[in-house]
Amino acid sequence: MTWHDGWWAYAFIAIAGWLATDVWRWLGVIAGNKLRDDSEALNWVRAVATALVAAVIAKLILYPTGVLEQSPLWLRAGAVALGAAAFFLFGRKPAVGIASAIAALALGLWWLGF
Amino acid sequence: MKREEDGQSSLAWFGKGMRGIFSLPAFILMLSFVGFCSLTAQAGIPVEQAVFMVGMVWALPAKVILVSSMMSGAGLATAFLAVSLSSVRLMPMVAALIPELRGPRTPTWLLLFLSHFVAITAWVFAMEKVPQVPRERRVAFFAGFGITLVAANMLLVAVVYHFVADFPPIVAGCLFFLTPVYFLASIWHSARHPVVYIALLFGLVGGPLFYWLLPEFDILLAGLVGGTLAWFVERLWRRRKEVGA
Repeated sequence: MTWHDGWWAYAFIAIAGWLATDVWRWLGVIAGNKLRDDSEALNWVRAVATALVAAVIAKLILYPTGVLEQSPLWLRAGAVALGAAAFFLFGRKPAVGIASAIAALALGLWWLGF
Repeated sequence: MKREEDGQSSLAWFGKGMRGIFSLPAFILMLSFVGFCSLTAQAGIPVEQAVFMVGMVWALPAKVILVSSMMSGAGLATAFLAVSLSSVRLMPMVAALIPELRGPRTPTWLLLFLSHFVAITAWVFAMEKVPQVPRERRVAFFAGFGITLVAANMLLVAVVYHFVADFPPIVAGCLFFLTPVYFLASIWHSARHPVVYIALLFGLVGGPLFYWLLPEFDILLAGLVGGTLAWFVERLWRRRKEVGA
């Protein structure tokens, strides 16, 4: 039986997809329910969660998929650096940082002939 | 003004959460789901199964791994393991969110149900917005946002799947880049604890470092090692400040 045979596909998605992700969410609820609002343990969990998300962000920038796979690393890193500079220089507004980074990337891609 | 807001019902806060669908993060996520449509269409996964996947799995990276497991003809156990490995990160994310979200009388079953709607976008959004919501209304607010976001993206996949078209390269590249840039700006902007800044920097360095050392476990290790180190450094600073003061 292969995965595209009717009900088996749904069972496959439910077990390998739903169960494999929601188990971790449930464990997170159980762990998080035990954490006090102002505890040192919550501070640690917060640090680990933030670092995890940051690692995902770094991978998206360094190892993108699709069109950006062919773009040079210096352009992507430069666009992020420029966005960060604009963010800190002009009142730490997210929209300013995001717009600057995207504009720099778009300009760079255009200049490189994408 | 403050009292007036506190007096609003849970339903009103649910509605306010729903309105989060008209926000930059929701918009960016929907664009990512346009990409998911073309991935599933190319993989030959029928539209009903793609929509089912959006509702059941929700986290986009987990879905991408699930689709590639299906394409490569992997068995159930292999696919389960691969998806599990990519989803361990949901545990600390949910654990960090729960103490912000729960009220004094929030039942655990409700939190278990709502945890399903946590993925990176909803997490970043909730961590940023929830502190401005009165505590006893936070669950309603998050439910409104989370459920609407999942439902909207199920609908989007059901419709867009039939019209998969490629964006011009510059547009596609910029759309992809919006995701990491938005997460960076939002996390930095919304951080209310000093440890978040340090953890963000350590995670950014740790991600590529562990990808190079142990690519199978890169995200997990970057989170555990980078996060623990960030926590340790911030604690040391805090202690020193306390001693100095």
